[in-house]
Amino acid sequence: MTGAGRFILAIAAVAAVWAAVAAPAAAEGRVPLPVLAAGKGDKCVEPTDIMRRYHMEYLKHQRDETVHGGIRGAKHSLVDCIECHAVPDTAANGVRTIRPFCDQCHEYAAVTMDCFGCHTPKAADATEGPTQ
Amino acid sequence: MTETREPRSHDAVDRVRRRVLAAAATFAGAALAPGVRLISPAPAEAATGPVTDKVRWGILIDTNRCDDCDVCVEACKTENGWHGHGRPRTDPQWIRKVTLHDRQTGATHDLPLMCVHCQYPPCEDVCPTGASFRRADGIVLVDKHTCIGCRYCMMACPYKARSFVHEDVTDQKSYMPRGKGTVESCTMCVHRVDSGRIPACVEACGGTDGKGAMVFGDLNDPESDISREAGRHMVTRIRADLGLDPGVLYRGI
Repeated sequence: MTGAGRFILAIAAVAAVWAAVAAPAAAEGRVPLPVLAAGKGDKCVEPTDIMRRYHMEYLKHQRDETVHGGIRGAKHSLVDCIECHAVPDTAANGVRTIRPFCDQCHEYAAVTMDCFGCHTPKAADATEGPTQ
Repeated sequence: MTETREPRSHDAVDRVRRRVLAAAATFAGAALAPGVRLISPAPAEAATGPVTDKVRWGILIDTNRCDDCDVCVEACKTENGWHGHGRPRTDPQWIRKVTLHDRQTGATHDLPLMCVHCQYPPCEDVCPTGASFRRADGIVLVDKHTCIGCRYCMMACPYKARSFVHEDVTDQKSYMPRGKGTVESCTMCVHRVDSGRIPACVEACGGTDGKGAMVFGDLNDPESDISREAGRHMVTRIRADLGLDPGVLYRGI
């Protein structure tokens, strides 16, 4: 066998081994699915599958009612989301924020959210203030 | 060849109808998201609202009692979480103290100045996105969800009451969201008013460190403190010539 023939055989062998190792990994997906921690209490304000798909609609609907109509204390409030789903956040020096909870799915789906440019992601016990 | 068909029984027709109806129902359910109902029931668990035009909130400031103290400004900063960065030309400022000088007599006079919550707000007129708006109860606000930061409202406001947020904000209060790229101003402490309390500046002015120069209340209610006070003494509306009908009234200037 010539040198070139041996080289081609070696390449083929390496490719076969790589394919055997890589194939199962590709079947499982390259990015692991997000695993969400359960929030406080028994259940969310809506069923979980509904919240996963429509939470942005609920928030948007209620934000308009609150800002323009002064309707406060209703069911779908961002402050309440934060209250139940805030966890210690290493990016915020261990303060409880909702960012880790939101980021898991939003990073997976590559969807950017602007909520926390203005709203604080911190839980109520982590924000100081004279009044609420 | 002729084919004779047995007429379908009513049961068979009903089965077909049921399938069509079921398919239609599934389609309707998919098209109309759960949160987006055509007729939404009023949220029964809501604590407040919706606000109505039965009330018109206002503040009356007696400038004869006001002096060079700034507890109202400090109370506003603490309550709403805004502060300067040592750059007076661009720092946010929801309420400021102004000193008037009489050049002929040398006398001076102090008063706080903030958004006066006009009945006919020019900021609302010029806003291209509808972000500047007047709530039914007379409080003029910026909906920061729709504000694009064009600052037309700042140019239109004759009271220079609005500020643009030039820098990232990280220490917001949960009840008062603020963020870079939006315009903001006095909200008459809308979160407090909605829960039946008075604005932070008025509360501070009436406290031990204040001078008791501010009265908050409903201008539509003739029995309210502010209406009685406004009916007893002449009040001044700053730039009354513009006909904007401000909700913040002054006495003594």
